[in-house]
Amino acid sequence: MRKPICFFALTLWLASAWAQGTVYVSSEKDDALTMIDLATLAIKGTVPTCKRGRHLQLTPDRKLMLACSDSGVADVIDPATAKSLRRIPLGDDPEAFDLSPDGKTIYVSSEDDAAAVFIDAASGKKLKEVKVGQEPEGVKVSADGKLLYVTSEVASMVHVIDTASGKVVKNIKVGKRPRRMAITPDGKELWVTCELDSGLTIVSTADHSVLATLKFEVKGARAQDITPVGIQMSADGARAFVALGRANHVAFVDVAARKVTNLVLVGKRAWNVALDKSEKRLFVVNGLSDDLTVVDVPGAKAIKTVPVGRVPYGVVVVE
Amino acid sequence: MRRTLLALTLLAAMFGTPGSAAAATLKATLISPENDPRLERTRVERAYLGHPGGPAAEGVQLALDEGGFELEAAGAAVALASATARSVESARAAAQAAEKGGAALILTDLPADWTLAVADAVKLPVLNLGAPEDSLRQQDCRPRLYHLLPSERMRADAIAQTLVSRKWNKLLMLVGPGAQDQQRAATAQASIKRYGLQVVGSKPFKLSTDPRERDLANPLLLTAGTAYDAVWVVDSDGEFARGLPYRTVLPRPVVGDAGLVALAWHSQFERYGAPQVSRRFFKAAKRPMTDRDWAAWMAGKTLLALASASPKGTNAAWAQVLPKTSVDGSKGVNLSFRAWDGQLRQTMLLTDGQGVIAQAPIEGLLHPSDVLDTLGADAPEKLCKAAR
Repeated sequence: MRKPICFFALTLWLASAWAQGTVYVSSEKDDALTMIDLATLAIKGTVPTCKRGRHLQLTPDRKLMLACSDSGVADVIDPATAKSLRRIPLGDDPEAFDLSPDGKTIYVSSEDDAAAVFIDAASGKKLKEVKVGQEPEGVKVSADGKLLYVTSEVASMVHVIDTASGKVVKNIKVGKRPRRMAITPDGKELWVTCELDSGLTIVSTADHSVLATLKFEVKGARAQDITPVGIQMSADGARAFVALGRANHVAFVDVAARKVTNLVLVGKRAWNVALDKSEKRLFVVNGLSDDLTVVDVPGAKAIKTVPVGRVPYGVVVVE
Repeated sequence: MRRTLLALTLLAAMFGTPGSAAAATLKATLISPENDPRLERTRVERAYLGHPGGPAAEGVQLALDEGGFELEAAGAAVALASATARSVESARAAAQAAEKGGAALILTDLPADWTLAVADAVKLPVLNLGAPEDSLRQQDCRPRLYHLLPSERMRADAIAQTLVSRKWNKLLMLVGPGAQDQQRAATAQASIKRYGLQVVGSKPFKLSTDPRERDLANPLLLTAGTAYDAVWVVDSDGEFARGLPYRTVLPRPVVGDAGLVALAWHSQFERYGAPQVSRRFFKAAKRPMTDRDWAAWMAGKTLLALASASPKGTNAAWAQVLPKTSVDGSKGVNLSFRAWDGQLRQTMLLTDGQGVIAQAPIEGLLHPSDVLDTLGADAPEKLCKAAR
């Protein structure tokens, strides 16, 4: 009886030795962020915020920014105090967004208007609106800030927009219902998850041609149940982590080989993923089981499930 | 017959001329009934679940309006024309005129026998948006006839599955007086049998306040005398069924044509991007999106998929691509046509009219190839003999 406890204490100590920080989870039906302690993996509390919070990410100055679809704002929250600093109007029904490298411009997909909207982060003023295909979703800015990639779920395209002119320079046909994107750290490849294609489309950022497609396979799941959405790459660009939606798994992908190396069983409708800084842990939010799965990356195993808010959507780790 | 050819909607025009000069325009004609009795104001106002809420053209047009980028990127164009028919003969003539005019597909929102006449009159693929009759998927199926609207049997199977998942096994059936009601009751019985449920009683009902007919008309009398877990009402008209929930002797749910109803769509569906679709439809048509509108919208999306898959056409090429085309219907999975009867396989939504209570196929149900094929006629049953 004593041994497991000692072992548990040791793991806890080890955990706290490497992990000082908080995991923030947005959920669509709570108007709050859930905070989870990175060391103990216990819920620390919640932060009240705007209505129907969805996409959540860190700004270049390490503040949390959450897009709220029903309130039509971004809530900027200071992780140090867990208090809202200010709210920036984002227009009707914003879903996902990205920031220019200097943090001055917010690029947001406006689902209802079928547009990518450029917003001045300081004043909240709308700078530009670029018409794109219906139901725009994922938004990603290139590392140099010159190009903006926006997915359209209905047109099954990635629109490439020149941020300076606000013009669509290319429409790239990708798989069905493209959702999220990640750019390899070398800036050469854009990886696009395609929810109804059970796979990824890999695009060259040099000429915007499709380099490859990758189909996920999960034993016991049919192709139509594999609906990838969230994606994150490791800092060295060697691995990508993809949430497989209703297949209830996350896939670890060898980026260079474009091959799946591991599949880890998580909760229902795995939606978005985030790595901690050490990249030893992957946090997966599960949209249909209202929880977050903590995955041990080296062991490729789920180690804990934490109940979070209703319909969890986004996840960010702050250390 | 009066034919109204709408101005061609050249979508590519919105975004400038497509780059490829060889692009062909995919032409389609939608045929609907003239002075459609289903769309009389008083009927539409009732908003019975499963009944049309407005013209099918609105759903088709929405899909085409949304497809601008997709068409532009492919260098493709779609033109939708519409025609009305006042009889089976005029429906046939409208279809033949469309074929002569170069149409690649015919879309129909017509009664079953008119739909069949259209399918037999032309050599083009016909997309059925309005006729749920099983006969069109079974004994009367046609090689080039495709169905966007779920069949009656798919609806019945979806209800039966939901009852199984709830363990509401014992059913009292109340069946309306029309010929259509008899047919749909037989379909319901087959689904009930298929899923191992039990009919403890089946009674005809009649809309009446005549005291001499109260045994047929009074919900309390109709639902007394037996123990049951749920009442399955078959009422193609809708008026009796609407008044049935909360008026049964036993406190039991009503399913079928009131209470819990299985439909292709409901505007309150919350998952898989569905709210955006319903919102766009509401903006365009100024009314909530019904299951019929969804089927019409899917027909428009099918046209888009064909045009962008083969922008250079020809009509023959589009007809060839059609059976292999899959379309995103904002129900979480890619939807495709069944090879054996041309029915679009799809998730069904169970609604009480206020929200979506459940989805079918129910969780845990197994099928050797595609769980969506647990809804409706499956391949091994070989109910459609036409070679496709």
